[in-house]
Amino acid sequence: MAALGVCRGILKEIRIAKGSGYKHTLIYKYVLEQFRRNQVTGAQLCRAQVEALHAAQSYLCLLSSTRLHLHLHLRYHSPRADVRIDQAAGLVGLRLPKQPGGKGWET
Amino acid sequence: MLRNICRYHRQFGLVIWPFPQGHHVPRLSTHLQKAKYASAITERKKFYENVSISQVDGGLFEINLDKRKLKTPGGKLFTVPNEALAIAVATEWDVQKETLKFYTMHLTTLCNTALDNPTQRTKEQMISAALKFLETDTICYRVEEPPGLVELQTNEWEPVMNWIEQRYNVVIGSSSNIMGPQIPEETKETFRQHLHSYNFWSLTGLEYVITQLKSLILSLGLIDRHLSVEQAVLLSRLEEEYQIQSWGNVEWAHDYDMYELQARTAAGAMFVHLSSESTAVKRKILRD
Repeated sequence: MAALGVCRGILKEIRIAKGSGYKHTLIYKYVLEQFRRNQVTGAQLCRAQVEALHAAQSYLCLLSSTRLHLHLHLRYHSPRADVRIDQAAGLVGLRLPKQPGGKGWET
Repeated sequence: MLRNICRYHRQFGLVIWPFPQGHHVPRLSTHLQKAKYASAITERKKFYENVSISQVDGGLFEINLDKRKLKTPGGKLFTVPNEALAIAVATEWDVQKETLKFYTMHLTTLCNTALDNPTQRTKEQMISAALKFLETDTICYRVEEPPGLVELQTNEWEPVMNWIEQRYNVVIGSSSNIMGPQIPEETKETFRQHLHSYNFWSLTGLEYVITQLKSLILSLGLIDRHLSVEQAVLLSRLEEEYQIQSWGNVEWAHDYDMYELQARTAAGAMFVHLSSESTAVKRKILRD
């Protein structure tokens, strides 16, 4: 069931973001409550259920994309990254070219 | 106008505008306020432990960082109309580690824009801008070669075009010349009326999504839940994906851009949905 996958995905993201004690956050309780609420429905094609599932998928996308974007940012585009890349180039005896810097070179 | 908003959101992920010296600036009462958005470039240290939300009269929700209430860059009290959005914003603040990275807090940025409205946009202006965007919509612009890309565009973009033409009963069409498609007036009128039904907050979010995806059609497809966020982003980046298939993927550029686009679009879509919905629980009594 798609909903189960999405629910677990969101909870996993929350756990990664918060560390221990994630079960006591507002967002954890809210997500679980929402998923439980939309489980029972009398209609066969419940519009609210479809809408809630789409919203859940969007939120999962939001959480995972921000995390991965931040990860890549720190890896490649932050000042720390320059140091790392310098060291990597140094391993094979190369040096990075000097960039002019200043306006337009902010990451 | 849309380009300005794009630059706005892209630059620092946070709505800031510098107050020039000598102007009458509303006195920001707390050190917290001045310090929070003091500099656009340096990151701030995390100055709170707990994040919570509280409800006030009028059904609005506020965010509390420790004991202090969150405020917008413009100095207004940060209030959101529903609980789900409040919890999501609180989570964004909650997951920050030692430094505050404002460029990851997309929902907060959107709320700030909606609350402060720094560029003084009206609903009319936003709707006109969105309709203007239709003339340069990504989906409407087809290439004639290379054949692989032509085929990809036909297979992926045509269904979306058909869907939206059917759903809204309009004629849009696509073109492969530099002039672009000729959008008939009735189409614009239909969309104008549809967009009028959204409130100001939802329109702010929708404008944001349109600028990110560079397409009104894809944005409407996403908001109407015909497409998921990942699908909409993929369709928006179709040509890039095609080039990646030919030439390979570069993580620090392609993936970086894709994740950023996905994050922003997802935030925008969530913002629109949360600002325009209202939940109600109907209990049915089961009879034996």
